[in-house]
Amino acid sequence: MATDIPHQTTSETTAGGELVRFEKVTKRFGATTVLDRLDFTVSQGKHVTLIGPSGSGKTTILRLLMTLLTPDDGRILVDGQPLDAEVRKKIGMVFQQFNLFPNMRVLRNVTEAPVHVLGLSKDEAVERAKGLLEMVGLGGKLDAYPTQLSGGQQQRVAIARALAMRPQVLLLDEVTSALDPELVAGVLDVLRDIARSTDITMLCVTHEMNFARDISDRVLMFDEGRVIESGPPEQIFGAPEHERTREFLSAVH
Amino acid sequence: MKTWDWSYTGHVLPDLLRGLLVTLEATALGSVLAFLLGLVWALALRTPTRWVRWPVGAVVEFIRNTPLLVQLFFLFYVLPTAGITFSPLTTGVIGLGLHYSTYTAEVYRAGIDGVPVGQWEAATALSLPRRRTWIAVILPQAIRRVVPALGNYVIAMFKDTPMLAAITVLDMLKQAEEAGAESFRYTEPITVVGLLFVLIAYPTSLLMRALERRLGN
Amino acid sequence: MTTGLYELLFKGLWVTLQLTVFSAVLAALIAFAAGLARLSRFWIVRFVSGVYVEFFRGTSALVLMFWLFFALPLLGWQLAALWAGTLALGLSYGAYGSEVVRGAIRAVPAAQREAALALSFTPWQRMWLVILPQAVPEMVPPFCNLLIELLKGTALASVLGIGELAFGAQLVRLATGQSAQVYGIILVMYFVVAFLITRGMRLLERRAKASVGRVPQRDRTTAKRVPPGAVGPGVGTIGGGAR
Repeated sequence: MATDIPHQTTSETTAGGELVRFEKVTKRFGATTVLDRLDFTVSQGKHVTLIGPSGSGKTTILRLLMTLLTPDDGRILVDGQPLDAEVRKKIGMVFQQFNLFPNMRVLRNVTEAPVHVLGLSKDEAVERAKGLLEMVGLGGKLDAYPTQLSGGQQQRVAIARALAMRPQVLLLDEVTSALDPELVAGVLDVLRDIARSTDITMLCVTHEMNFARDISDRVLMFDEGRVIESGPPEQIFGAPEHERTREFLSAVH
Repeated sequence: MKTWDWSYTGHVLPDLLRGLLVTLEATALGSVLAFLLGLVWALALRTPTRWVRWPVGAVVEFIRNTPLLVQLFFLFYVLPTAGITFSPLTTGVIGLGLHYSTYTAEVYRAGIDGVPVGQWEAATALSLPRRRTWIAVILPQAIRRVVPALGNYVIAMFKDTPMLAAITVLDMLKQAEEAGAESFRYTEPITVVGLLFVLIAYPTSLLMRALERRLGN
Repeated sequence: MTTGLYELLFKGLWVTLQLTVFSAVLAALIAFAAGLARLSRFWIVRFVSGVYVEFFRGTSALVLMFWLFFALPLLGWQLAALWAGTLALGLSYGAYGSEVVRGAIRAVPAAQREAALALSFTPWQRMWLVILPQAVPEMVPPFCNLLIELLKGTALASVLGIGELAFGAQLVRLATGQSAQVYGIILVMYFVVAFLITRGMRLLERRAKASVGRVPQRDRTTAKRVPPGAVGPGVGTIGGGAR
C-alpha cells in the first residue's frame, strides 16, 4: 500500500530540514489582529497540529499558506523559498466543507489538477487517481458525482484529490467538523494511515483531540494570534503548562 | 361592422405562419448571439484592468437603458452609411442579440457570484490555472444555474421580434400588416398574431418555471 | 441640423415623457389591482387575474398596440393613437408589475400576518396597515427596472404615428439624412431619462425603507461578497505570480 501513497523528497529537502517557516507574520482583518508577529517552523515529515479556541488564528495560518490570504507583514517560506503560485504547488489542502467540484465525477475531481497543472498524461493521472481512491476506500465510486456520496466519502475523495498533486505539505482544515459523527472515524482512519506510512508533512487544525494526540509529533496551542505553548502531544495534553491551555482542554473534553 | 371573417383568416394564415418561421429564426439566432456576447461582457466586467471594465460597463449600461427599436433604426440606417450592408434580418438579429446580451451579462454575473467561494478556494489549492478554473470549474456550475433565467430572456426576445417589422423584416407582424394593408382588414391577422405569441410564449414560460423549480432545489 | 429640427426632437421627448407617465400610472394601478387579486381568497378572482397576467405577459407589446389601434376599431371602438399606446403599455407592464406586487407581498413573513390576526385587525386593515407598508419598499427596485423598460417601450408608439421621440427622429432623419447624428442624439436622450429615473427611484427606495425603520443598504453591489479569484488581482487569484 505504501507504494500508492504519494511522497516526494527533493534534493533540497533533506529529512528533518525545515519545510515551512513563518517569520514574524502579522495578519489583520480590519481592526482585529488575527496573527501577531507569528514565528514557527514545521520540519520535513513532521505532523503538527494547531489547537486553540475558535478565532485564535489557526485557520488563518492554513489560508495564508494556501495564498488564499496574504500576510500584512512578515514572511512565509516553504522549502526555503518565499511563497508564490509556483511554490504553492508543493502544498495540498483538504477543506472543512470538502469543496469537491460538483460538476465533475469523482475520478475527474482527482485527475483534473494533475493533468492541467502538473501536465501528467490522462492515463498517468487516471492510474494515480485510481490508486489513491482505492486507498481511501472509494475504488468503486469512480463514476459517481459528489452529490451522490456521503459527507465522509466526499471528504475522502477530497483527500485523494489533494494527494494526487503529490504535495510535500498537506494542510487539513477541520476536516471532520462538517461530518455526521458516525462518518468521522472513516476519514480519520484514512488520515492516520497516511500519517503513519508516508513521510508527508502535515499541518492540521482540528477539534478532534484524540486524533491530534494520535498523529501529531508536535502540538501548538494558539491563543489571540500567538503560540502560547508547544510541545509533543503527551506534554500538551498530559501536563499543559499554560493556564489558557488547561482551560481550553477542559472545555473541549 | 362585420364580425370575424373565418375564410379571410384561413386565407392569411399561411403567410402568418411563414412570418412565424422568420420570427423563430430571428429569436434563435439572436439568442445565440446574446448568450455568447453576454458571456464576453460578464467576463470583461471581471478583468482586473479598469481600462477594460469601465468602457465595457458603460457600453452595456447604455445599450440596456435605451430602446431596442431605436437601436434597430440606428443599425439599419447608420451601418450602410459606413459602408456596412447587411440584410434586414441580419441587422435585426444583431440588434436583438446585442440588446439582450446586456441582460444575459447580468444573468451570468449572478450565476458566477452564486458559485460557492469554496470552489474558488479548492481550485486555488490545486493550483489550477486561472483559465482552467473558469472553464472546468466555475462556468459549468454558473451556466447550469442560469439556464431558466436565460430561457426567460429568450421568451422576452421572442416577444420583441415584431420590432424587426419596423426595419422591413418579413416577420409575423409585417405579414399581418401587409395582409391588412391589402384588404383593409387588420382584425383577423393581428389577432391571430397576438394569439400565436401567447400560444408559444406561455407554455415556454411554464417550462422555464418548472426548470427553475427543479434547478433551484 | 437646424434649431427647428432640434425643436422637433424636444417636442418628441416631451410626448415620450407624457406617454411614460400616463402608462406608468395606468400600469401601477393595474399592477396593484391584479397583484392583490391573485392573492385573493376566492378562486375565481385568482383565476381571472391569473388569466389576465399570463395573457399579457405572453403577448408582444407591439402586437398588442397594433391590435388596439387597428383591430379594435373594426370591432366598433376607435382609440386615439396616444390612448392606444398608453393602454397597450399600461396593460403589458401592469401584468409584469402585478408579479412584483404579488412577490413582495408574499415575501412579508407569515408571522406578521399572524400577529395582525392576533390583534383582530380586519383583512383590509391587515393588508393596509401591516403587510403593504412592509412590502412596498421591496417593490421599489423592481418597479424601477420596469419603469425603464416602460420608457424604452414608449418607442414602440412611433409605429402608430404618435409623435414621440423615435417618431420625431424619423422625421428629422428624412429631412436631413443624418441618421447617425439623429439616432445618436435620441439614444442619449433616452439614456439620460433612464438615468434620472434610476436616481429618483433610489432616493424613493431610501425614504421608503426609512419609513419602515430599516437602514437602507447603501449599495447592493458593493455589499455583495465577492469570491476570491473572481475579481481582480486581489488575494487568491490564480496564476498571478509571486506574492
